[in-house]
Amino acid sequence: MQALVIAAHGSHLSAGSSTPTFDHADTIRAVGAFDEVRESFWKEEPHFREALRTVDADEVYLVPLFISEGYFTEQVIPREFRLDEWEPELWDSDGTSADTATLTADDTGQTVHYCGPAGTHDAMSDVIVQRAESVTDDPDVGEGFGLAVVGHGTERNENSAKAVEYHADRIDAMDRFDEVQALFMDEDPEIDDVTDYFESDDIVVVPLFVADGYHTEEDIPEDMGLTDDYRTGFDVPSVVDGHRIWYSGAVGTEPLMADVLLERAADAGADVGDAIERVKAETGDAHASGD
Amino acid sequence: MQGDHLDALVTAAADGIAFDGLVVEPDGDGYVVEVEGDRHAVDGDDGLRTVASDHPAYVSNWYFWHAVTPQKADRWAFLRWLEGAEETAVPDRYDALKDGLTTEWGQLSITVTQDGDGGRQYRLTHVDDGDTDPADLATYEDPLEARTIAKHDDSGKYRPLKTAPTLQTGWVFEGLAAADLVETVDYFYPATIANWHREREGELDVDHWRETMERQSGIYGVVQTWDRGKGHEHVDWVAEACCDDSQCLKRREWQYDDDTELAVDGGDGEFPCREPCSLVISAARRWTKLEGEESQTYEFELTPSEKEQVEAIVDAVAEGRTDEIREADVYDDANRYRTRFLRAKRFDDDGNLCGVETEE
Repeated sequence: MQALVIAAHGSHLSAGSSTPTFDHADTIRAVGAFDEVRESFWKEEPHFREALRTVDADEVYLVPLFISEGYFTEQVIPREFRLDEWEPELWDSDGTSADTATLTADDTGQTVHYCGPAGTHDAMSDVIVQRAESVTDDPDVGEGFGLAVVGHGTERNENSAKAVEYHADRIDAMDRFDEVQALFMDEDPEIDDVTDYFESDDIVVVPLFVADGYHTEEDIPEDMGLTDDYRTGFDVPSVVDGHRIWYSGAVGTEPLMADVLLERAADAGADVGDAIERVKAETGDAHASGD
Repeated sequence: MQGDHLDALVTAAADGIAFDGLVVEPDGDGYVVEVEGDRHAVDGDDGLRTVASDHPAYVSNWYFWHAVTPQKADRWAFLRWLEGAEETAVPDRYDALKDGLTTEWGQLSITVTQDGDGGRQYRLTHVDDGDTDPADLATYEDPLEARTIAKHDDSGKYRPLKTAPTLQTGWVFEGLAAADLVETVDYFYPATIANWHREREGELDVDHWRETMERQSGIYGVVQTWDRGKGHEHVDWVAEACCDDSQCLKRREWQYDDDTELAVDGGDGEFPCREPCSLVISAARRWTKLEGEESQTYEFELTPSEKEQVEAIVDAVAEGRTDEIREADVYDDANRYRTRFLRAKRFDDDGNLCGVETEE
């Protein structure tokens, strides 16, 4: 038996924080690639501490639904899941290249294939592109458009910016959008000046966040000048300094995210059969060729 | 009795069976079969089928527990516990299952009934909906729906703690199979079955306050500084604030440390709490900062009734009672008009009580 356990942040305050996690888990359940699929959270239940004991399978693929490598993936998740043999060197990562490490959970004895975060998997580039297609309602969006991938920045974790730049570079190399730019909330180049960084009339802005919340719903729209007050809402697209801004909200809510979780587990050795193809077919065409 | 029950029994009999009053032992070309204390020596598989056919309840019971229910030890034990399988003999149990056996698990009411051919069906609803007309309840079958129900209370407020005694009412899961029942319970109250079972087996891995705080890092690392070797009264206050049965239905088993019990009661819940949860840790982080302050002496002038009113307001908020206080009930000290009057009279324009500024 094999199980997929998704590790996500969750929230004490916001009911919607766990919704994308549930949605992606359900997509994967529906294709039957795993005997069990279990959501687990840092701020909700089942908590990271107790998720493994709710799973019957001896073989567990543990995939963090986090955007970047760093404090959560290197310290919190391995500690709370009691992967006592863990050390970050096992991933041998340059900050965006974590793959998998096979460990034993101290409290349950299960074999845990601890995967790198969803956010730095190559397939994430395709999700960002898919998000751009969703927000413009155009499966061929690209020509005449600029794309901004937005991240938090390095305030607490230098790998956070690396993940944003990694995907921006990969999407740029697809030659699909006229311009691709990585922008940040707390460092240059800043999202506040989004229109300074693009010549295209149309700019799609995709925040590299797992769930919608304060940053994606309040901060970023106000910083970009889409609205003075997030509570009054804004149009998609909104015109700022003569550019049409197509703001997508958190990339993590895109249904194709389920594919990234599956691919992480498959890369770690999970037998997922044709589930990847089926999930891609159900959650959107894989227009973007990230390879 | 279905033929596949007998087929499975015959297949398993080669290795011997001893379960819930049914014993089958291989004996040469035949078997020794014992049911309700009666022993029969029978010839071959056909002989076994003949005797077993006379005891359909024992056979279907064996089949249900070995071929139908989840075999994971904790799930199996929980399902057994729901029908008192360890204490009640098969005939009495099957009689009781005709009417249904109901058990409470936190705010869940679980009823197991016999499903035709010796199987089981489970019904799951809120304990307060036991007498509600089923037509007035929203009916569900998919365990995953429990995640959505568990998210908000009856007033629509988000429930960050799954085991808070605020589970919404108005729903029922009907006709659940055994595996779906445990899955549904686990979505309402994650890991409670696993920890309950570990406790019954004497294997509950309790992490006390000290070790849990010492494990914290990042923005929560500061909580380690709250324990200053001056006793554990502050942790008693945390447990009284957060872990009381009025706030959480888990029974707190964690203490200050392995040698030091907290002074407050851990509660009467059916399932244990094995370590301070993320809500307690978040609150402890805040208290670590607040409790670093020294007490000051302030001088306020209040009438005796106003002093009691302040106490009543704190109590009403702490007990979550403010919504119950009627708008015109000015005899309740925590009434809104009474509180607004107190504020109008005793607060200055900056919100200082009796005009006394807060000194840092």
